[in-house]
Amino acid sequence: MHALKKNRPLRRVVLASAATVSGLVMLLSLKPHTLPEVAAAPAPAASGGATAGSGTTGSPSGGSSSGHTTGTRTVTGRTVQTRWGPVQVRVTLKNGRITDVTAVAYPSDNPRDQEINSYALPQLRREALAAQSASIDAVSGASYTSQGYIGSLQSALDSAGR
Amino acid sequence: MGTVFSFDVRGGDPGAVRAALDDAVAGLRRADAVFSTYREDSQVSRLARGEITVGECDAEVAEVLGLGAEAERAAGGWFSLRYAGRLDPTGIVKGWAAERAARRIAAAGASGVSVNGGGDVQLLGAPEPDRPWRVGVSDPLRPGGLAAVVSTAGARELAVATSGTAERGAHIVDPRTGRPARTDLVSVTVVAPRLTWADCWATAAFARGAQEGLAWLESLPDAEALLITADDEVRCTRGLAAHLD
Repeated sequence: MHALKKNRPLRRVVLASAATVSGLVMLLSLKPHTLPEVAAAPAPAASGGATAGSGTTGSPSGGSSSGHTTGTRTVTGRTVQTRWGPVQVRVTLKNGRITDVTAVAYPSDNPRDQEINSYALPQLRREALAAQSASIDAVSGASYTSQGYIGSLQSALDSAGR
Repeated sequence: MGTVFSFDVRGGDPGAVRAALDDAVAGLRRADAVFSTYREDSQVSRLARGEITVGECDAEVAEVLGLGAEAERAAGGWFSLRYAGRLDPTGIVKGWAAERAARRIAAAGASGVSVNGGGDVQLLGAPEPDRPWRVGVSDPLRPGGLAAVVSTAGARELAVATSGTAERGAHIVDPRTGRPARTDLVSVTVVAPRLTWADCWATAAFARGAQEGLAWLESLPDAEALLITADDEVRCTRGLAAHLD
């Protein structure tokens, strides 16, 4: 218990820091075997987007919650600014376990955004729920392609005191 | 969209661990600046254009190129530091950078470190004294489902890396032809002590296909793997079971 207590603030800071490294993103999404046409799409964004996550630095708090610590609670994460627009998620917890994750705000200004959202948001939601239900620490192969979603989700969980 | 690095750090002196974490994050930023093939002014871009030599680059460049050359030899042409004839070490940089970040934090005294770089995970120590790290392997054919759960029980260090088509579409090409890999696989997950290698082996085995890929992975020391085919067949190396929960 002592270890967990000590770790809580650190984990928040850690995740906030993680958001700031999103500049690494384009480097990392580029395996040497990336097809030219695939590479062409993210390239322009990479040049101007090295600090996409900077707006989220150092504000681990800011989530809001309602309800009680036991029973069903709804917790809304802070809004995380991404290159593509604001992302904000809301989680529902029942007795400390996640029962639902929904996106309150997400980029939807253009058809490409909508196309990505159509599969990315449900996918991320399922992953959050799957990770929760299996009591695992991490997921390999998960498409963690939305740092905004993850950042907001984490702030919601922090607010919920998990 | 991009890849997120997340850190889960347990134990150790909070001040020392925090400083190491900052250092690790700075290291990731520097890796981006040095190795990015999207940045015209990165050392690797300048090296690829022949403007500078390896000796004029940061020492990390020689280190990564050396590791990449090892991976090329071990993978027998199924892993490459070049793309379309041009130097492009990004296939090894992500795993290497995440592993280095994890080791820096552990060296500062943390008793458990998990660094997840876009679904490729390096684990060191344990989250709690009586509990190993547990990593779910996402099932590409059942979104949200897990194909397996890998446990670090009995291992001080373990990495889990997954390559596949489900995440970002067909982004792995056969280095021999320059064409999209003609593979019967939808994902390959490699479990090995070091993420640097696990990531390379997963990529190489994916391009290679189920039968050849599995035989090759079986021949590697210290590596176990789970392969999922488009026909929803799951195959694994003989020693994988020891790592499964």
